Amino acid sequence: MKYAFFPGCVSKGACPELYQSVMQVYPQLGIDLEEMTTASCTGAGVLQEKDEKLGDVLNARTFALAEQQGLPIMTICSTCQGVMSQANHRLTTQPNYLQEINRILQEEGLTYRGTTTIKHFLWILLEDVGEDVLRKQITKPLTGLRAAPFYGCYIQRPTEALDFEEYPERGKSLERIIEILGAEVVDFPGKTRCCGFPILTINKINSLSMVATHTQDAKSHGADIMVTPCPLCHLNLDGMQAQAASQHNTSINLPILHLPQLLGLAMGLDQKILGLTRNLISPESALAKMNI
Amino acid sequence: MQTTLRIRRYNPENPQPAAYFESYDLEVDPSDSVLDGLIKIRETLDDSLTLRCSCRGAICGSCGMRINGHAALACKTKVVSVAPAGETIEVEPMNNMPVIKDLVTDMAPFWEKIRQVQPWLQPSEPPPVAEYTAPPETMSHLAGVMSCIMCGACVSDCPVLEVDKKFVGPAALAKAYRFVADPRDTTALDRLESLNQPDGMWDCTRCMECIQVCPKGVGPMDRIMSLRSKAMAEKMPATSGSRHAEVFTDIIKHKGILDEPMLAIRTFGLKHVGRLLGMVPMVLQSILKGKVPLSGPLHRPISSIQHIQRLFKRVRTKS
Repeated sequence: MKYAFFPGCVSKGACPELYQSVMQVYPQLGIDLEEMTTASCTGAGVLQEKDEKLGDVLNARTFALAEQQGLPIMTICSTCQGVMSQANHRLTTQPNYLQEINRILQEEGLTYRGTTTIKHFLWILLEDVGEDVLRKQITKPLTGLRAAPFYGCYIQRPTEALDFEEYPERGKSLERIIEILGAEVVDFPGKTRCCGFPILTINKINSLSMVATHTQDAKSHGADIMVTPCPLCHLNLDGMQAQAASQHNTSINLPILHLPQLLGLAMGLDQKILGLTRNLISPESALAKMNI
Repeated sequence: MQTTLRIRRYNPENPQPAAYFESYDLEVDPSDSVLDGLIKIRETLDDSLTLRCSCRGAICGSCGMRINGHAALACKTKVVSVAPAGETIEVEPMNNMPVIKDLVTDMAPFWEKIRQVQPWLQPSEPPPVAEYTAPPETMSHLAGVMSCIMCGACVSDCPVLEVDKKFVGPAALAKAYRFVADPRDTTALDRLESLNQPDGMWDCTRCMECIQVCPKGVGPMDRIMSLRSKAMAEKMPATSGSRHAEVFTDIIKHKGILDEPMLAIRTFGLKHVGRLLGMVPMVLQSILKGKVPLSGPLHRPISSIQHIQRLFKRVRTKS
């Protein structure tokens, strides 16, 4: 199982603990990675506000590079996944448009034939690694830990671009992983909602209200921790949680874990190795309570 | 097939009105819609159940409600598609608008925002003898957005409206785009300017809830993105949102990857240094926790940056 690994800007930037933790867990799952060091940012939906076609050209370039390697792409960010899935959907469903984009790429010696698949690590765990292999790696089941899932918009919508029709279980994949790791799923209405990160620099009050709503809601449903496959959600839910709490005159203190961090804990890996000491809301006491 | 509808009830005429859930077991045909089920309940089990519906064919937009947590038209939602194994179906009134009774919501706030964007054609020429015409090829791209039936599903599931009632919202913004992009309308710049204000186009979080729930394929968020592109292309006065998109794009052009500190510094600029300082506690805490970029604090450009820059240039030239 070899993938062209697209780590995304944030795992190399403001959330280095995400990159660190995925590097710790993947080799034991039969996954082989070749990092795409020459690929550009996906545009994160922001560059697309300015110029969607430019975004499609940059992403088509990334898809063409993976195609040359003969590898599917693995992402570790809901936003990278969604933006690339949407771009790939536009390119593969409109042959004339693909041709137009290829005319721009050709001068770089590249052509995209439309065959690259893009998969988030979350989906790979269930669809490619498989539950049986995954279970064999669980040496410290997270028994008793109550974990609230938080997906990130881009890995939930629009379902058409994310192939939910072919893979309907993707919509509940995070809950499934939590169960496999031995933890208890805390279901709450906010799990597929927006974390508010895209408007943090535009309307901070609204953005922080979303952080406060979802973290408080998960807590009131009994969550010890929250887990997310999206580092942008993590930046807001973890990084801005203290300010969100103070905006709402309350304290929240809900640790937010990256998906590979939670997986690593169940695989018996050390908290420091998984970068858990870098999370702003420390998960130490929540995990100690469960002897994790 | 057997199914259960768990319905959120509310009657303001009750002595102590409070919302509660009530479940009804009923036999439905697999081809039945959720609306068929609700009508069956009203006709055979509980005639106090209140709902709004008319055409039963996804045209009138009256039966918008939340089905299993997401806004939808009850007439367009098959029971078998939401409860293939006879699972309980939860039915609630639309969100982000006051509930009048049971599944009936007050659409007044919705219409108020639609009116706010002046949803009528404003041409400069005097009225023609017949109608204002335009070549089909200049209007065909508006077919999708003109399919809006004003059901309110997008407004119901908008997360911004949940925390900020002032936001103009997806339905009104999509409607505004329909006139901004209409070749016969001559007020596009005025319209863009008014949507460029706080609570307008830049407050959308790009969560895609509205794209997902729209029963007519209007794609309100895509229209909001088109408004943003037009506002930037028309050099509307800069907002935090437009600066964010411009700076983001410029950083990718020069480095190939994102440089988060530079994005924040340049987005806020000297003019909004107070807001930049508001991020300092989080930044300091991040540094103390060792959250520093793996490539070093300066975010070096990717090795293939010349390719990226050539592509930028080529896209700009070809557009």
